[in-house]
Amino acid sequence: MNRKTNALVQRLTLTPYSVWAALFIVVPLVFVAYYAFTDSAFHFTTENISRFFTATSQLDDGTGMREVHTYLVIFMRSLKLAVISTVICLLMGYPLAYIMARASDRTQKILLTLIMIPMWMNFLIRTYAWMTILQDTGILNGFLSAVHLRTVHIIGTESAVIIGMVYDYFPYMVLPIYSVMAKLDVKLLEAASDLGCPGPSVLRRVIWPLSIPGVLSGVTMVLIPSISTFYISQKLGNGKFFLIGDAIEGQYVANNLHFAAAIAFILMVILLVCMALMQKLANRKIIVA
Amino acid sequence: MRKIIELKNITKSFDGEVVLDNISLDIYDNEFITLLGPSGCGKTTTLRIIGGFETPDCGDVIFMGEDIKDVPPYKRNVNTVFQRYALFPHLNVFENVAFSLREKKVPKDEIKRKVTEMLSLVALKGFEKRSVTSLSGGQQQRVAIARALVNQPKVLLLDEPLAALDLKLRKDMQVELKNIQKATGITFVFVTHDQEEALSMSDTVVVMSEGRIQQIGTPVDIYNEPTNAFVADFIGESNILDGVMLEDRKVAFAGHVFDCVDAGFAKREPVDVVVRPEDVDIVPEDKGQLQGVVTSVTFLGVHYEIIVDIKGFKWMIQTTDFCDVDEKIGLYIEPDAIHIMKKSEYSGMFGDYSTYSDEMEEIGEVEIGELAEYEEQEAAPAESETEK
Repeated sequence: MNRKTNALVQRLTLTPYSVWAALFIVVPLVFVAYYAFTDSAFHFTTENISRFFTATSQLDDGTGMREVHTYLVIFMRSLKLAVISTVICLLMGYPLAYIMARASDRTQKILLTLIMIPMWMNFLIRTYAWMTILQDTGILNGFLSAVHLRTVHIIGTESAVIIGMVYDYFPYMVLPIYSVMAKLDVKLLEAASDLGCPGPSVLRRVIWPLSIPGVLSGVTMVLIPSISTFYISQKLGNGKFFLIGDAIEGQYVANNLHFAAAIAFILMVILLVCMALMQKLANRKIIVA
Repeated sequence: MRKIIELKNITKSFDGEVVLDNISLDIYDNEFITLLGPSGCGKTTTLRIIGGFETPDCGDVIFMGEDIKDVPPYKRNVNTVFQRYALFPHLNVFENVAFSLREKKVPKDEIKRKVTEMLSLVALKGFEKRSVTSLSGGQQQRVAIARALVNQPKVLLLDEPLAALDLKLRKDMQVELKNIQKATGITFVFVTHDQEEALSMSDTVVVMSEGRIQQIGTPVDIYNEPTNAFVADFIGESNILDGVMLEDRKVAFAGHVFDCVDAGFAKREPVDVVVRPEDVDIVPEDKGQLQGVVTSVTFLGVHYEIIVDIKGFKWMIQTTDFCDVDEKIGLYIEPDAIHIMKKSEYSGMFGDYSTYSDEMEEIGEVEIGELAEYEEQEAAPAESETEK
């Protein structure tokens, strides 16, 4: 086969994927942008975008009613919960990934399966499961009262939302870090030890810097879906914590497609900027002692 | 000379398989000592026990009079050059070398002075800011040496450090390592499976096989006075024959009684006789002590390697005189070229060059990294041998 036909074959075999990508990724994105910048008569407008930044409403912050920028407050709240969840995922996931990468092949397989099993279940069902656990009369409180401890009120609080998010996104933090750690050359750890580093130093000076690519992709994979999450906050937060994802859903359900698209578009731009920054961070050669 | 490390009756097994079987070894100050042996002989495990990466099942590791068996690697005054260098990919050349100094919180200007000094010792001045992944194999090797030496350890452990380099570079690095060792006065414990490397660099060679030490001695001793058939076979080429010691300085083998220089054996004691291929003189048929037929001739540049069939036993002889295949020749062996060894478990396993190609298969069992080098060294003569 000569090179020309080879190239042709290559292009032909790629066609289904290109078509798929265009149809289901590019076109929808173009539509989102199109809706974001048009009004209901499909005339160009930036009103939807500016509404996101300017819309205000009354909020009771405990000291009385105050006028706030509705969507900016919602966005900051989403960001806060997402960041907290991501940090918790990282704090729990990093040590687990490390332990897994150093465990025997058998243990690694078992742990991997255990982490992935919840992912086989539907996301909504997992969230409902947490509702039954966390409710005031749920499994957790049932257990607490059975052992004569004080019951706790979790459902409808930020903690419940964070628990739900951490549970749902935890595998996305562990797996990328694990895959980087598993590839780490044991000889490097021995070399560090040989050169005078006790355990904590080996972690700080060798393992951590070399696992940063895994950490960055883990953080990206948890932070982004948890910023735009909407269902968890409705179910576990009793709808009290209106997040940016809820705002998009609300506008969409209210048939306010153009504004929903505008919020989605702004969120997308912010996330793209964040990802670009993280990529830059990851690509930079880390030369620190 | 002062003893710096003593290994006493070290035994180590992995998953029930004995890797080190009651090893005892003294390492002296300022010495270049080489652990030599085929893959799986326990040489790397011995090194890792000294480095602290493995704990022996039993036995003691004494470092300058102190038992360090339970001291972790980071507290030992010993540094290692790893087989594939194990440089830190996230750090540049300077920071790799400075790694141990930063851990000890050495002042900045002193770090700079020491690292610069080390980099000039290994001829890498000006490479400070380079990424280690951009360096060639030889350069990475030098960084690894500088990194291990910057701490001025008492002992430097080198685990097959030249295995990944090509032949020419390996020769250069051998000379350079030897010079560095002399310049620094640090004890080098060097692990290799390459006998030539071991002979050319070391003050002391420790030949190991199957988890046991076969012989400890200077390169000249090891080559000229191998203690058993394994050592004789592993170090250089040897014809190893069954013989009988008739009396002091008289030995019979290959159907002839030879004068030799060895004594102290029992009367009529069966022995192994070693004759090095370069120690056999080719003479006209009627003037030889032995007569045989040439079965193969290989030109190797410096000399010819010829295989001679003497009563069914194939001898290897290295000579600068050309002989033709099927030519009948006589062999003459000087008394001091005949070396007598006591019988051992290795008797009868080596020395007949009719199995030269079979020997290759055995060597083929070494791990992949080592294989390439064996092929480089051994494949050429072996192939031409089987073609004939």
